[in-house]
Parts: sequence; structure tokens; C-alpha cells
Amino acid sequence: MDKLLNDFSPGLFLVQTVLLLLLIFLMIKFAWKPILNSLNEREEGIQGALDAAENAKKEMQNLQADNEKLLKEARAEREGMLKEAREIKEKMIADAKGEAQAQASKMIAQAQESIRSEKQAALAELKSQVANISVEIAEKVVRGELADKDKQLSLVDKMLGDVTLN
Amino acid sequence: MEPVTYNLIGAGLIVIGAGIGLGQIGGKAMEGIARQPEATGKIQTAMIIIAALLEGLAFGALFLGK
Amino acid sequence: MKIVQKSIKFLTVLAIALCSFHSFASDTDKKHDDQNDGGMINTKEEVEAYILHHIQDSHDFNLFSYTSDAGERKHFGFPLPVIVSTSNGVKMFMSSEFHHNDDGHVIVDKDGTKLTKIHGKIYELDAGADHVAFDADHHATNAHKVLDFSITKSVMGVLLVGLLLLWWFSSLARQYKKRQVPTGFGRVLEPLVLYVRDEIARPNIGEKHYRRFTGYLMTVFFFIWILNLLGLTPLGFNVTGQLAVTACLAIFTLVIYTVSGNKHYWGHILWMPGVPVLIRPVLAIIELAGALVIKPFSLLVRLFANISAGHIVVMSLIAIMFTLKQSLGVVGATGLSLVLSFFITLIEVLVAFLQAYIFTMLSALFIGMAVEEAHH
Repeated sequence: MDKLLNDFSPGLFLVQTVLLLLLIFLMIKFAWKPILNSLNEREEGIQGALDAAENAKKEMQNLQADNEKLLKEARAEREGMLKEAREIKEKMIADAKGEAQAQASKMIAQAQESIRSEKQAALAELKSQVANISVEIAEKVVRGELADKDKQLSLVDKMLGDVTLN
Repeated sequence: MEPVTYNLIGAGLIVIGAGIGLGQIGGKAMEGIARQPEATGKIQTAMIIIAALLEGLAFGALFLGK
Repeated sequence: MKIVQKSIKFLTVLAIALCSFHSFASDTDKKHDDQNDGGMINTKEEVEAYILHHIQDSHDFNLFSYTSDAGERKHFGFPLPVIVSTSNGVKMFMSSEFHHNDDGHVIVDKDGTKLTKIHGKIYELDAGADHVAFDADHHATNAHKVLDFSITKSVMGVLLVGLLLLWWFSSLARQYKKRQVPTGFGRVLEPLVLYVRDEIARPNIGEKHYRRFTGYLMTVFFFIWILNLLGLTPLGFNVTGQLAVTACLAIFTLVIYTVSGNKHYWGHILWMPGVPVLIRPVLAIIELAGALVIKPFSLLVRLFANISAGHIVVMSLIAIMFTLKQSLGVVGATGLSLVLSFFITLIEVLVAFLQAYIFTMLSALFIGMAVEEAHH
């Protein structure tokens, strides 16, 4: 320990203190400050570039998402429109069908009505004609039958017979 | 015995102590690294600092005796 | 063309390194003649003395010394200026005036102030004395130490590293003005700067305050690291192994975290909440001692001891070449020495970084504790 203390040179200590102070001062001024500033600047530049890239990427994603949304909306709209058109078409067809049906049934009804009335008229005419014809036939028959005396007599007999039977 | 011999015995004791201490530090650090290889850097730094403290102590003692 | 230039540069560096390494070895080869760094070093004591001499700061920059054929000591290197504050004011002269003497035999007379150098320290002789008298423990009795502001080897190392750091990092700073990504050597420096900022300053101090302290932490980190590495070269710097230097660094950290400590920090030191009132003063004493003495002390001793110990170990292993020559033979001793010192040097390269890292890391941690916001 004594030897160590003996070796300690206060003069060297002072000189070293002065030199070290000077060195630290000069190094900070001429080396460390500019170096560290440049390094920081560079690192910030790199960080900034990375951030910008990240942002651009995010924006791109947003844009893409927007596009997708728009596309989806457009598709939905188109679908809606198509659906509406289809509905309208179906409704129109249905309406037309209904109307046609109604018309047809009305016409059929009318036709049936007219057929029925025609038939009745025809029947009535037929009836009257049949009556006329029967009367004429009856007249002719009666005329033919009653041309002969015997026949008249037999008829009377027959009729009388019927009456008796009754 | 001469005083120089005492000094040498003292130095030997210091070296034994420091050796045991350094061995402990190194061994435990190795174990730590083996257990958690991802913490190697931190363990090494801590190991070097503690080894330096121990070394300072040992050197101080050695030079006090010289 | 550029490649040629570069390879020439590399070869020059290599040549210098090899040359000085060789010189270091040959230096060890010489005998210390009774004065100081002379001659062959063969015995254990001489090696020890040589190593301790190296660990110390020195007043001249000596790469190697040798004895010429004529028996004359030659020194290869250059003197450094000595600046001392004596009782007669500040004196300035070159260290060559001591003629490499290191034990008080050569006395330099500066306007009546007699100065001499003993074991790397400069002493002023008391009035009337004309030579140094030693007591039994080899302590000078009629001379006292002076405040020594010399440009010693360590100060030179500090200046060198300071200029180197300024040059490297200010050119890196200038590069950023022109382009975003640095080229060339800046590409090596940038990750280091980012490492200190992101691994040391930011996690330990916290996102909010780290900017204020990053400059200090980075200066200290690179200062210690480069000086540690410089200490491993054969130039023989041992700056971070000087107690004065590490003490200065530790005290800087101490001042910074003491000054920037907030209310929360001081509250926890002086009047610890959540413990019985009677214990609080005791805790305050312990905490104060921890904050003001133990923390900086551990910082300064750790760095100093690690680097000094590293130098001592490397040099001791190199000295095996001479100390074990008898028992292992020349080839065996040299081979053993080379292998051992090679591996220890590799470890020292790691330690050079580790100590810089730990010093900065602990400084950041202490600062982080001081500026931490209260969170309850």
C-alpha cells in the first residue's frame, strides 16, 4: 500500500485531469455531437420512412375495403332492382291472367246464357211445330179414317168399349 | 516466517475466495443461459458486472497486502 | 497504387513493431550495472526490478538500450521535457540532463535549485545539500519530492491517444455531412459508437437522460480501450496502469454522478425511506461511503490492477526465457516463454476491451442510479 501511494504522482494526476477535461470537451464538440446527431437523424429518417410505408399500406387497405364496400352495395342494389322487376313482371302476368280468366268466364257465362235461351227458343219452336205437325197429322189421320163409314162405326164402337171398361 | 510469506499466504487466500466466487458466478450464469437461452445477453451483462465487482474487491485486497 | 501504399504502411508498422520488440528483448538481455537499466538481466531480482521499472511512469521515451563493444551504454529513444514546480518556481528542462540516471547520482542544477531523479521521481535537494543521502531503507533524507508536471511517457500516451481519437472521430463526424453511411475506417468506428450508445449508455442510464452522458461515456470508453491496447504494444506505454490516471477517470465519474444526482437519489442515500428512523443515520453513513468512496475506489483499483497485473504477467512470462534458461536450456525456455506469453497476450487483448467496457458500463450504471426517476 505504501509503495502504491508512493507511486501515485499528483503531478500526473493534475495533468491527466486537465487533458481529460480538454479531451472530453473537444470530443463532444467535434465528434460525438455531430456523430450522434447524424445517427439520430438517420435513424429518425429510417423510422419515418418505415412509418410512411406502414401508413401507405394501411391507407391502401382502407381504400380496398372502401372499394369492396361500394362493390357490395352496388351488387345489392342491382339485386334489389332485379328482384323488383321480377316481382312487377310476375304481378303483371298474374293480373293479366286474372283479367283474362274473368273475361273468359264472363264470355262463357254469356255464351251459356245465350245457348240456354237459344235452346229454350228452339224447344218452344219445336214444341209448337210438333203440335202443328201433330195436329196436321191428326187431321190427315182423322180425315183418312173417317172417309169410310165402317171405320167410323168401329171407332165409335171402340171408344164406347173403352168407356165401358172405364 | 518472514512477512513476505504471510503476504503470499494472504494472496493465496484471496485468490481462493475470488476463484470460488467467480466459479459460482460463471456456473450459475451458464445454468441460467442453458435454462433460458433467449436471455443470454442479459445474463452475460449481469455476470460481467458482478464478476467485475468481485474482481475489484479481490484486486483491492491483493494490492492492500502488497 | 493505393494497395502499394497500404502495404508499405503495413510493413513499416510491422518493422517498427518487430524492431522494438527485438529491442525489448535485447534490453532485458543487458546487465543492470549498479546504476539503473544497464546490462544483462538474469536473476529473478533483476527481472523483478526491470518489470517494476517498466510499470512505472518514466521521464524519457526509451525504446531500447544496449552496451556497445567499447563497453559504453547506448540508449535508443528520445528524452521528454521535465516540468517541475520547485520551491524556487517552475523549472523546465529536458530529461536527457539526468543522463538516464535513476538513483540520485546525477544532480541537475537549475538556477541554484538542485534536482535529481530517484526511481522515476524527481526530488529537490534541501538547501545546502550537494548530494543525496539515503537512510537504511533507501529513502532520501535530505531531499523532497516536487510537484511534477512533466510530459512523461504517460502524458505522451494520453496526448497521442487524445489526438488519435480526435482525428478518427472528427473525420467520422465530417463524413456524415457528405453521406449517410460512412466509408473506410468510419465503417469500423460507427458500430463501436452505436455499441457504446445502445449497449452501455441507453440501457443503464435510461431513455430520458442518456443523451447528456453519452459524450463522456464514449470518450472514456475509447480512451481506456485504445490506451489499454497501446499498452500491449512493445512501445511500453502503461498509462491505464498508472494510479494517477485511473484515479482521475474514477473521480470524473464520481463528480458526474454526484452532481447529476436528483432528489430521489439523495433521498435514498441520506434518509432511506422505509426503514426505522433510528437506523437511517447509520444507513446514510454506509450509503455515503459507498457512493463517495467505495464506488470510485473500486473503479480506479480495478482498472489499475488489471492492466498492471497484465503487464507484469506478460513480462514475467517473457522473462522465463532468462530465468529458466539454466533448467530448460535455451530452446526450451524460449519456446515455453513464447507459447505462454503469446496466449497471455491474446487474453490481454480481451482484457483490454473488457476493462474499458466494464469501466464505462459501471460509470453508466452509477450515473443511471443517480438520475433514476422515483417510481412508486
